[in-house]
Amino acid sequence: MFKKMKSGLSGLRQRLSKTHNSIMGGVEGAAPTMSREEFLETLEESLITSDIGVATSLDIAERIRSKGGQNVARLQEYLRDYLYDILKEVEAPLKIERSPFMVLVMGVNGVGKTTTIGKLSAHLSSAGKSVILGAGDTFRAAASEQLELWGRRTGCDVISQSIGTDPGAVTFDTIKAAIGRYANIILLDTAGRLHTKSNLMDELKKINRIAGRELAGAPHEKLLVLDASTGQNALNQARLFNEAIGVTGIVLTKLDGTAKGGIIVPLAKELKIPIRYIGVGEGVEDLREFKAREFVEAII
Amino acid sequence: MLESLSDKFGKVLRDVRGRGTLSESNINETLKDVRLALLEADVNFKVVKDFVASIREKALGKEVLESLTPGQQFTKIVHDELTAILGGEDSVLELSGRPAVIMLCGLQGSGKTTTAAKLAYALKKQGRSPYLVPADLFRLAAVHQLKTLAGGINVDCFDSTEYNTPAEVCTEALRIAGLKKYDTLIVDTAGRLHIDETLMGELGGLKTILKPAEILFVADSMTGQDAVNTAKGFDASLDVTGVILTKFDGDARGGAALSMRMITGKPIKYIGTGEKVECLEVFHPQRVAGRILDLGDVLTLVEKAQTTIDEKEAVALQKKIKKDTFTLDDFKDQLKRIRKMGSLDNILSMIPGFGAMKKAKNIDFDESEMTRIEAIINSMTGEERRNPACLNASRRKRIATGSGTRVQDINKFMKQYQQMRKMMKKIKKSGGAGLKGMFQNMM
Ligand SMILES: Nc1nc2c(ncn2[C@@H]2O[C@H](COP(=O)(O)OP(=O)(O)OP(=O)(O)O)[C@@H](O)[C@H]2O)c(=O)[nH]1
Ligand SMILES: Nc1nc2c(ncn2[C@@H]2O[C@H](COP(=O)(O)OP(=O)(O)O)[C@@H](O)[C@H]2O)c(=O)[nH]1
Ligand SMILES: [Mg+2]
Ligand SMILES: [Mg+2]
Repeated sequence: MFKKMKSGLSGLRQRLSKTHNSIMGGVEGAAPTMSREEFLETLEESLITSDIGVATSLDIAERIRSKGGQNVARLQEYLRDYLYDILKEVEAPLKIERSPFMVLVMGVNGVGKTTTIGKLSAHLSSAGKSVILGAGDTFRAAASEQLELWGRRTGCDVISQSIGTDPGAVTFDTIKAAIGRYANIILLDTAGRLHTKSNLMDELKKINRIAGRELAGAPHEKLLVLDASTGQNALNQARLFNEAIGVTGIVLTKLDGTAKGGIIVPLAKELKIPIRYIGVGEGVEDLREFKAREFVEAII
Repeated sequence: MLESLSDKFGKVLRDVRGRGTLSESNINETLKDVRLALLEADVNFKVVKDFVASIREKALGKEVLESLTPGQQFTKIVHDELTAILGGEDSVLELSGRPAVIMLCGLQGSGKTTTAAKLAYALKKQGRSPYLVPADLFRLAAVHQLKTLAGGINVDCFDSTEYNTPAEVCTEALRIAGLKKYDTLIVDTAGRLHIDETLMGELGGLKTILKPAEILFVADSMTGQDAVNTAKGFDASLDVTGVILTKFDGDARGGAALSMRMITGKPIKYIGTGEKVECLEVFHPQRVAGRILDLGDVLTLVEKAQTTIDEKEAVALQKKIKKDTFTLDDFKDQLKRIRKMGSLDNILSMIPGFGAMKKAKNIDFDESEMTRIEAIINSMTGEERRNPACLNASRRKRIATGSGTRVQDINKFMKQYQQMRKMMKKIKKSGGAGLKGMFQNMM
């Protein structure tokens, strides 16, 4: 179904290697002359600077320490396996098993929700689905115009209302329209909200409730968008969005930058929420299905 | 839930406080904790290394003053060093040239467009005549976004729709600014990656055309380890004049502030504390360092602790209300307690009928407002807190300077405080205010 996204392992690696000095890059070059301690320190630094977090980094460094020996190739292999074991648990592509299927897209401000919807709508409609977009961000200036332009670009209908309208009303309208027009997929955009703002989280709960009331089981996918350049705060984001309405999938955007997105490692360990896609640019084709192997190869 | 940088630091330093002398061994142990705390707060690995090294040097090199305990001495050293790194002095905008040009740049989604409007709003209030220039022709509806924001604050906005390149937009906007006598141009640019040579080159071109007095790097305060790379990248190709950190209203631990400041040496000028145009605050290194270190006086919105006011304290509070001896000190205590429990709106929304009262009284619950109020109270003397009636103009001026606020802010707050006391009296008359009633009247 996601033909364009299946660019294969080498594609992503190539795409990312431009910008990613691999975690072990620094280690590999200098390792033969390093003492064991120096080597482990460099490893720890590499892990921490990829945003994997102190606890997980120390844990990994400790595991490798206990392996003994300092054959870099073997340790690298071990590190890869270890990360792969964690990440393969969250490798689960989005399955669309009913129609209409509703995806609610949420996240903090500026992470790439609207753009992700744009990209997704292109992929889904090129796979023959009829997709309808709901402009649930009624707060940010020109947010619905942004989505409308995406809709025009990807040939999808957009349901929107004027700025300041209750997003619950947009949710309602979008679902009604989708049912009336026999659309297969509903992608609902929402305003960026910080997970700490309870009034905004309440608003999200309300959107969620209205969706469920108007369409059985909706939203069928509650997609949280995270920015790869975010530090440890991404964990709080995931926890609180999850507490609020439950998160069924994650998209990690902006992996085309120099940030490594290591935060998904502790995230995968703690919350075990499937990572559906990664974003690797601003263009319509810059979305990939998440592949644990590919991701590990790309960052180590 | 993980603790915030401030909490963690507070705990670390409390540990030092309990231990007789500032010996090499307990410094080492504490520094290790400081290191961990900073790393968990997303301060860049290398920056942490340098920071900890300089603390060690300063702590060991210094004699413990007689007037201080070793813990206090250590706290002071860490605080001073942190303040020094964060900038030492407050720094404001350098608006030379006519028109003075401010150019905003940064990664995708960092908050440039919103910040452009916030700056225009602030400068307009200062009596300047700003002109907003949408030079992001790439992101869908970006021009429309800035135009809408400009309309909302009654600031003129250049019409970019007829132009094909940001360079054309800037050239033409400059010309019009000359004709129409705008004194400040605020230029919004498209988000881009620091490693995108073409787009960084484009910004360089705009710099040549605009000759900006300020090139501000707008960055997200939730940024992780990568903050150093992006800040370095933008600074290397544009020689930025300062940084604005957005989305400070969340629970981000602010490590990026330390990282970027230390790596570029450029001042952090403002912080964004909300999505609305008025949510822009001058960055005060003292205040932020204080916030990072403050022991027990720290505001964490994250903490979802189940703490409530315990009965004994509630009774004591009620007594104070009855006797009409509820001072600003008490006010601050309550504020702190409330904030400990989570976001204000969250707690208040549990109180029946609260929404209506909020509207009727036109009371603002912005979290940034709370921070401001805390700063104001912190800058008062004990006497002023007990007897706010003594706050004459010169005192108010001093407090404003001390807290990094404006005299209007103090006046507004004093009005709210008086209003609150009036409400308390009413409650007193209507008899037994329960816990909920008390909360209602706290605000
Ligand atoms: N909570 C909060 N949100 C903010 C703040 N500043 C900006 N935002 C929000 O962050 C999101 C992105 O802001 P924009 O101003 O569009 O960011 P930008 O850098 O112009 O984005 P692009 O032009 O797409 O690269 C919007 O949802 C804003 O409302 C802030 O200080 N606090
Ligand atoms: N480089 C890069 N930029 C992205 C990516 N996804 C989104 N963006 C950009 O990030 C900015 C914010 O995206 P937007 O979709 O408006 O975010 P929203 O506020 O969450 O809806 C825009 O400038 C997008 O073009 C990505 O994967 N890589
Ligand atoms: Mg959006
Ligand atoms: Mg913008």
